[in-house]
Amino acid sequence: MIKNLNVDVHHLARVEGHGNIKVRVTDGALVEARWDIVETPRFFEVMLKGKHYTAAGILTARICGICSIGHCLASVRATENAFGITIPETARKLRLLTKHGETLQSHVLHLFFLAAPDFLGLPSAIPLKDLNPDVFGVAARLKGLANRICDVVAGRTTHPVSIQVGGMAKLPDPRVLRELKAALENSTDDLNAAVELFTTLEIPQFERETEFVSLKSERNYAFIGGRLLSTDGVERAESEYRAMTNEYVTESNTSKWCKLSRESFAVGALARVNNNYHRLHGKARGVAVKFDLAPICYNPFMCNIAQLVECVHVVHDSIRIIDELLDGGPAPTQVEVVPRAGVGVGAVEVPRGILYHEYEYGDDGRVVRANCVIPTTQNNANIHFDMADLVVQYAAEDDMTDEKLELLCSMLVRSYDPCISCSVH
Amino acid sequence: MKHLKIEQNCPRIGVFDFTGCEGCALQLANKEETLGAFLDAIEVVNFREVSSAARQDYDVALIDGAITRPDEVERIKAIREQATLLVAMGSCACFGGVNRQKNAYDLDAANREVYGDCPKETMPTMSVKEVVPVDLEIPGCPVNKDEIERVVQHLVWGLPLPSYAFPVCLQCKQRYTICRFDMGESCLGPITRAGCNAPCPAGGLGCWGCRGPAEAPNYDEFFALCKERGFTRQEIVDRLSFFGGFDISPSTDPWPDVNAVANEMEV
Repeated sequence: MIKNLNVDVHHLARVEGHGNIKVRVTDGALVEARWDIVETPRFFEVMLKGKHYTAAGILTARICGICSIGHCLASVRATENAFGITIPETARKLRLLTKHGETLQSHVLHLFFLAAPDFLGLPSAIPLKDLNPDVFGVAARLKGLANRICDVVAGRTTHPVSIQVGGMAKLPDPRVLRELKAALENSTDDLNAAVELFTTLEIPQFERETEFVSLKSERNYAFIGGRLLSTDGVERAESEYRAMTNEYVTESNTSKWCKLSRESFAVGALARVNNNYHRLHGKARGVAVKFDLAPICYNPFMCNIAQLVECVHVVHDSIRIIDELLDGGPAPTQVEVVPRAGVGVGAVEVPRGILYHEYEYGDDGRVVRANCVIPTTQNNANIHFDMADLVVQYAAEDDMTDEKLELLCSMLVRSYDPCISCSVH
Repeated sequence: MKHLKIEQNCPRIGVFDFTGCEGCALQLANKEETLGAFLDAIEVVNFREVSSAARQDYDVALIDGAITRPDEVERIKAIREQATLLVAMGSCACFGGVNRQKNAYDLDAANREVYGDCPKETMPTMSVKEVVPVDLEIPGCPVNKDEIERVVQHLVWGLPLPSYAFPVCLQCKQRYTICRFDMGESCLGPITRAGCNAPCPAGGLGCWGCRGPAEAPNYDEFFALCKERGFTRQEIVDRLSFFGGFDISPSTDPWPDVNAVANEMEV
């Protein structure tokens, strides 16, 4: 059968920010398959110039409403590296704890509110409130728990206040930490329910070989700082992030594109699981096994499952961190900050992948030059090239229609959980 | 429809995002303990970030983000045509937010710096009310979900809307937070509009004024205090100019004293 297919999505729904999908198959042959970012640019790198080091993290948190904690962490880390500051151990633990809170918040938001409706044949998660109050309750409770972690540790979930250059501005009350630990321990039923829900959903079978980039650490499942690693065998220091990202501008996108060993690469939960599978918490690895998720997985739709696996990991790792904080007792969370001229890079694994901030400072502690490379910026080319292969594979099916293809292409994009306003910044 | 024998409306709400981080729209899904009740009280008919079903028969439009490109001007005008009540939600929609900082730079040069020889379309940042009439402003970066809930309670049950004429300082005292000035940091709490419940000073950060000025702020005393505590004019201007809520340009004079006192600080 000779087939013509057309998909034209203007401002795709259930993703953060504005992107368009355009697919055309004529007489059974692929003519075009495009993923274009049309978000308005905000010029954060320009606005950063002249900013005092105390303001850089406050400003860059505003790059993203979902991963503002990650941006703030990358920002203060870049500044601390530029100034040659080592933060106290307690601050390091608190930062990882609030990072876990954000990872859980963002993943639950994506899995239940953005991705799941496609698998359940719903336009949004709102009808679940009445159709399946149990599932809606699981999602609301897990997201509430995640936000609670961030509120307690970072002072606020969106646009944190306690993450500052030199450490953390406050040490949470031990009583509050104990409450948080109890809430985390009590969340296992909800996590199990989330896992059960996803075992009933049908993940599309599609693979395209690509390169996966993430942080790497010898000690743990890396989230804050470390070496940079790709599945094609490239390994670099944190400060060499430019060689790992190679940003370039394209005509039709307000987001830049990136490449490394191939025409594109991917970052995010799937990249982290692919690179650091053996450093996952045992319970999280158990979930991965349940879904046959093992490195190297080339199915982008499995990014959803990788996020689910990470939800389990961060809950268990958060309990460990709280135990250590409680055992450690009162301890300093900040060191004195003495600005100096220099350059620093901060790399942090935010929910959608590896994020880099780089600042050059003058003697006065004000930014001279700044550069931010965003996870979704690194993913956009990979999504674009995935789409062509996806369309070719599915267009060959006899019963393929415009509507079905639109859903598949939309689901592909959503699997990457793109943060589009972030990617343009 | 009646609830507890009280007549209630079920407003049809549309949420629309422009230039910004979409963090304010995200707050609508927060406060999970009341999320179900919140969603029961309203009908969400258009919210691209969470739903692929979109209708155009909304009464209330919640606007997230600033206006920074010609196509956004056209979009917001069309939304204004439809909406009975248009709400600017968050500092970007109310004042331009951090995006307004961009206006201090040459945009062609900024474009070249970020995109090289492939510049992208942009224009100086505007708040929503600089483009279309706005019925209600809820500032904040991000906006506080409690305040959104109060707006919804107002729309649904006709409850009065509280206005926060007083500054953040008062809410800070109410929660026994140690004054940031006493910790050696400057803070815009004495002159910034309350309603946020002062989370920043409680988390160890002086106020950066995301909610804009309180009603009739005492700038004279504020600048005198800053000067007395040894802060430079630059430090205070850094904060005043951050979220776009304070007008600090010398040519405009809604608060002529600001410039007079701020300039005096320079000595």
